[in-house]
Amino acid sequence: MIAKRIIPCLDVRDGRVVKGKNFVGIRDVESPVELARRYNAENADELVFYDITASNEGRKLFTSVLSEVAREIFIPLTVGGGINTVEDFDRVLKSGADKVSVNTGAIRDPSVITAAAKKYGDQCVVLSMDVKRVNGIFKVFARGGREETELEAVSWAKKGQSLGAGEIVLNSIDTDGVKDGFDIEMLDAVCSAVDVPVVASGGAGKIEHFEELFDKVPRVDAALAASIFHFGEVSISDIKQRLRTRGVEVRI
Amino acid sequence: MIAVVDYGVGNLFSLTASLNSLGLGNVVTGDPAMIAAADRIILPGVGAFGDAMDKLRDKGLENVLISEAGKGKPFLGICLGMQMLHEESSEYGRHKGLGLIPGRVEPLKAHTSGLKVPAMGWNALKAVKECPILKYFPDGGYVYYVHSYFVPRGASTAAYSEYGAEVSGVTWNGKNVFGTQFHPEKSGNDGLKILRAFGKL
Repeated sequence: MIAKRIIPCLDVRDGRVVKGKNFVGIRDVESPVELARRYNAENADELVFYDITASNEGRKLFTSVLSEVAREIFIPLTVGGGINTVEDFDRVLKSGADKVSVNTGAIRDPSVITAAAKKYGDQCVVLSMDVKRVNGIFKVFARGGREETELEAVSWAKKGQSLGAGEIVLNSIDTDGVKDGFDIEMLDAVCSAVDVPVVASGGAGKIEHFEELFDKVPRVDAALAASIFHFGEVSISDIKQRLRTRGVEVRI
Repeated sequence: MIAVVDYGVGNLFSLTASLNSLGLGNVVTGDPAMIAAADRIILPGVGAFGDAMDKLRDKGLENVLISEAGKGKPFLGICLGMQMLHEESSEYGRHKGLGLIPGRVEPLKAHTSGLKVPAMGWNALKAVKECPILKYFPDGGYVYYVHSYFVPRGASTAAYSEYGAEVSGVTWNGKNVFGTQFHPEKSGNDGLKILRAFGKL
C-alpha cells in the first residue's frame, strides 16, 4: 500500500528559508539547499517550496534555488506561491518542480486548475487552501490568509477536485504555528468529501500530533510541517519510527 | 551515452539531473540517428497512452526503438514509457504498444475498489526474480509511483507493489528491455540505485 508521507515545507523569501507564526512575524532560518539535503537524508517523502517573495528579483532567485535543489535531491518537489497562470506552472516545472500548488490564483480564476491539469496532468496540480473558522463556518482565505473569501472549504475542495486538482493541501489558519496539533475536525470534513490525496498542514508541535492525525483521520495521506523540522525540535526519522510502531505504513 | 527519448511529453529535468548526478552521460533527443548511435536508451513519458504512441509514430521513432531494442541495446521505459513497452493498453480505447515486453496495460480503477486513483506516492517494491537493474536495490525498498493504469503481475514481472492488485513495478523481457512503472529518478537514493545498475549493464 501507499505509505503515509511526511513533508517538510520551506517558505522561501529572497533565496532564504523563513518561518512565521499565524502567517506573520517572519524570521530568517537558513539556506534552502542545506535544509533540503538534511531532509532528504532524514527520509522526507517530498519537499514543498513556497515562494513568498513579491519582487521579480526574489522570484528569479527562487527558481534558481529550486533548480539547485532539483539537481541533487531526487524526491518529489512541490512548488507554490505566486502561481496564477499556466505560464507560472511552466516556469517552475522547467526549473525542476514535479507538482505545482495554486491557492489565491485558483480562487481568482478557477479555470487555471483545469487548464494546467489538461496540459500537465491532474497529478501535477495541487490545490492549496488556507482555511479559518468564521462564525462556525470553514471559510477559505486568499492572499496568504489576509483576505476572507465567500468560499466554504468543503465545497471548494470538491470543486477543486472536479476541476482537475490531483491533490489538496489543507492549511488551517486556526492551528498554524500554534503547535497544539493538527486541525482534526477541519481535516476530517475535507478528507470525507474528496477522493484525491489530502495533505494536512498547520499545528504540528510534537511527534504525538502526527500520531493523533493518522489515528483520527485515517483517510489523510500526508502531514506537512515547517518550523518544528527547521529548528530541529522533531526529526522526520523519529516521527516515522513512532508511526511504524503504531502500524502506520511509512517509508523508512 | 544514454539517449533519453524526447517526443514532446513530460518533464525531463529530474531524469537528466539524476543521470548527471550518477555521472551517466546522456543526451535528450528526438533524432532517430542519435538514438541509433547511443549505447543505451531511456523512454520516459507522462500523459495518455494513445497520444504518446501517436507522438512517437509522428516523430518516426517507433521503428528505431523497436529495431535498437532488437539489437540487444539496454533499454529502460519509465512510467508511461514502461507501459508503452508492452503489447496493448485499454486507456481510452485500445492502443497498440511497442510490444517489446509481454503484458497488457489495464485501468487501476477496475482492480482497486475504494482506493484513490491516480495512485500517487511511495510504495514498497518486492522482487519476484533476480533482475539486473535491481542488483543494488534493497528488496522491499520504497519507490515513487504516479499512475492510473498498470500492468498486472505476470510472467514479465520482475518486481511488484501492492495497491489493491499486484502492480508490476518492474517488467523485463528477460534480456535487455526493462520497464519501471514508478519513477526511479524521484525515488530517493534507492531509485538512483536502479538507474546506476542500468548504466552499468
